[in-house]
Amino acid sequence: MEAMKVQHVTPNDMPWKIKYDASRCTLCGSCVSACSFRAIEAKVERRRMVFSEGELPDPQQRFSAVPVIRQVKDVQHYCRGCGICEKVCPNDAIAPHRNPDTRHPIITRCLGGDSIKRGGRKNLESTVRTLDKIRVGRISQMTDPSLDAQRHTFDMLAPFGRILPANTLPFSIDDNDKLQVEAAMPPVRWIYPVVIGDMSIGALSWRMWEAVAMAVAYLNEECGMPVRMCSGEGGVPVRLLKSKYLKYMILQIASGHFGWNRIAKAMPYMVEDPAGILIKIGQGAKPGDGGLLQAGKVADHIQAIRGVPKADLLSPPNHQGLYSIEESVQKMFLSFNAAFKFRVPVAIKVAASATSVSVFNNLVRDPYNIVGGFFLDGIDGGTGAAHEVSLDHTGHPIVSKLRDCYQAATEQGRQGQIPLWAAGGLGKTGDLAADAFKMIALGANGVFTGKLILQMAGCVGNDMGRCNACNTGLCPVGITTQEPPLVHRLDVDRVAQNIVNYFLAMDTEFKKLMAPVGNSSLPVGRSDALISTDKAVAERLNIQYVC
Amino acid sequence: MCRIGAIKSFNYVHPSQALKLMESQQKGHDNSGFAMVMHDLGGLFESYKHLPTLSMACTDEGLKLAEDMLREAGFQRVMQWVPETDPQPGLDIHAMPNYVFETFDYPRYFRNGDQKEKEDLLLDTRLKLRKALEGNELGFVYSFWPDVVTLKEIGDPRDIGTYFKLWTPDDKFTAKVITAQCRQNTNYDIVRYAAHPFFMQGYTVLANGENTFYLKNVEAQRKLHRGYIGFESDSQCFLYTLHYVHRELRWPLRYYKHVVTPLPFYDIERREDKEQLLALRQSLAHLEINGPNTIIGVLPDFSMFTCCDAKKLRPVVIGRTDDTVVISSEVCGINDILPDRDWEADIYPHEREIVAIDNDLEVQRWRQ
Repeated sequence: MEAMKVQHVTPNDMPWKIKYDASRCTLCGSCVSACSFRAIEAKVERRRMVFSEGELPDPQQRFSAVPVIRQVKDVQHYCRGCGICEKVCPNDAIAPHRNPDTRHPIITRCLGGDSIKRGGRKNLESTVRTLDKIRVGRISQMTDPSLDAQRHTFDMLAPFGRILPANTLPFSIDDNDKLQVEAAMPPVRWIYPVVIGDMSIGALSWRMWEAVAMAVAYLNEECGMPVRMCSGEGGVPVRLLKSKYLKYMILQIASGHFGWNRIAKAMPYMVEDPAGILIKIGQGAKPGDGGLLQAGKVADHIQAIRGVPKADLLSPPNHQGLYSIEESVQKMFLSFNAAFKFRVPVAIKVAASATSVSVFNNLVRDPYNIVGGFFLDGIDGGTGAAHEVSLDHTGHPIVSKLRDCYQAATEQGRQGQIPLWAAGGLGKTGDLAADAFKMIALGANGVFTGKLILQMAGCVGNDMGRCNACNTGLCPVGITTQEPPLVHRLDVDRVAQNIVNYFLAMDTEFKKLMAPVGNSSLPVGRSDALISTDKAVAERLNIQYVC
Repeated sequence: MCRIGAIKSFNYVHPSQALKLMESQQKGHDNSGFAMVMHDLGGLFESYKHLPTLSMACTDEGLKLAEDMLREAGFQRVMQWVPETDPQPGLDIHAMPNYVFETFDYPRYFRNGDQKEKEDLLLDTRLKLRKALEGNELGFVYSFWPDVVTLKEIGDPRDIGTYFKLWTPDDKFTAKVITAQCRQNTNYDIVRYAAHPFFMQGYTVLANGENTFYLKNVEAQRKLHRGYIGFESDSQCFLYTLHYVHRELRWPLRYYKHVVTPLPFYDIERREDKEQLLALRQSLAHLEINGPNTIIGVLPDFSMFTCCDAKKLRPVVIGRTDDTVVISSEVCGINDILPDRDWEADIYPHEREIVAIDNDLEVQRWRQ
């Protein structure tokens, strides 16, 4: 007998084990061809059958070679549990099962000598979400009547841009007792309070990005909902830069500055201004970790848009030219405001952190009136590739941090002057309207979301470690991959339709939340509308504790 | 629900008219108090129009404290009127020991000072008095302003009228503008300060309804002006916003409506002045009011206005004759004091207008 090699990797070391029922398998091969991770393969098994014929025992044996589907025993090609094999199997003969005894976190490090990378979201077990401990509990009754979500009109827009204190507005009064504007004011766009978060072409497949862009255009042009999407770092197609649809795009600049060469060159040909500029300092899912687009995902069209060769594209965790908050306001904000002749609002996105209030305080005193928004990104969201240690062990929840920032502004009488936008696991349970409404009542002007958009498109990943392979470029549903066969699995029209329908449903649900509190415009900072049965949550957020 | 009323006339009007105006509306409220602010005073106060009158309800100790403070600040009393009371047994009134209406001359060094300095002095003095009298309920300082008196008390409005002998008209205690309301703020604690009309630096506001953006308003207003304090009632926010928009920002009155009930974005986009309207909506987003309400306001020049919430969830009606204009929650009140008016000319303001009454009693309707 061969000596047992305990160091060998076997399926019971992996996070997922393939359960295969040979008796139901038709050997069609669909599962093997559909598995983008090559975690299963067709093999031939040697089978031995002992049998006896006749009245007395007379053991005989027969050997046969049987074609089967087997799990690959290799840390490079381990099963992610995405379940695509199960989806394509006509006979329910195969499915991944979670392996609670996995040794994956250890053996991967031991064998690779490198940190574990993955995509997706935070996988450490967490408690019940804070937002689920909060309810809208101030219901209008009697003399302060509830509104009717079907009958009344609602004014649900949120500002993006620097808002001046009223006593500094450049107004004069003319002979007819009318206010007249005497000088230019910072640009402010009133947009739908849910922005589609920054996911780049590169992180996303071109079809996925196109589907999101189509949905945004449809929501604006056909549904009258001024929804904006952020490009993510990495630029946008030149054709879009020169089209009228640019007005729905918030262009992002991050530390890699990818794509900005093309954007700058396209400026003379732009027929519309972009909706805004978002300077990304950090992101909540992997704070302190930069972006990484592996060479394998840098396909031809990405090389073209970003103006780069096929190589690993690293966005450093910090902007190399910025060393202070004041400097960022002066240099980046001013240059981007100036680039679009002060017609386009410029905002900043940072990862929520124990220091967020200090950062916000510095921005909120912005003497140049050029900080058009503070996008605060908490842990619990996230889409891109990152080191697992960052995803699992760094980051700050968004709810209390957003509240802290709002209260800091209120303390200074500056609420609303730099709009607050929050993200980080919002819509995680599928109810984005409820999460957004609660965040708004706690002080956010609006929210942004990325992960949920992927889930609308068919992302099968979850917080229990399912799939989370965005980093591999092998997304089994064609969302975060540049491999043509995988990308073509994504139905652009269906995805766009899903996103549009979700927004329409969410819009109705927003009204269903605004109506009972009796508000026809967004209740920004109306924390009196919220209650919590958790004393610690109520105390921390300064809302009413109920039991 | 509150009932509110206001009378503006070419002639001096006695508070009995205000009591009558409110009497038939009693079924609509709980008769828990009576409060009134009178502007443009006649009778005893007519010859002191340019000097500030202190309106206060207090204990003996509170009175001494307040008078000492005013003397120390250099104010010199020139006139004092103590309303005669009729404390019959069985009256429903929580009376304070003293009701003070005292008119003062400014401190010597302010007499030739500019108007704004005087006005700030009066506000700061009132705030100081209020603070000093707050502990142990020594007293309640309602107004300290030229040509304005305020009376507020807890109890049945009819009994309060009887107690102060306000049912019997006379020519000693009159005004050309009287605003009145007959309910304590029963949503919160019964506090004398919580009863509207509210007054600050010449501005008076009373309201019928609720303000569901109360918290947003309060958090914003606290930092806007040292005088924006109290907040015992959600309706106080309406006064402070009026004061801020009209006095601090010096915007014309019509923009008050744009601040408290801004036009929907869809409508703003179609306006010629969209740049202004959007800028003021976003800069003063936290002063927007939501919920059902009607506001009656008086400005320092004694002109009067009314407007209501953006969904017209609370009514108000304006009736008029050649010499008097009356605003009231219910038309029955107007019928009682202006029975011979042309009721077909009554105005029921809609949700997108301010109705303003100037000192010639010309009624203007400004569409938002």
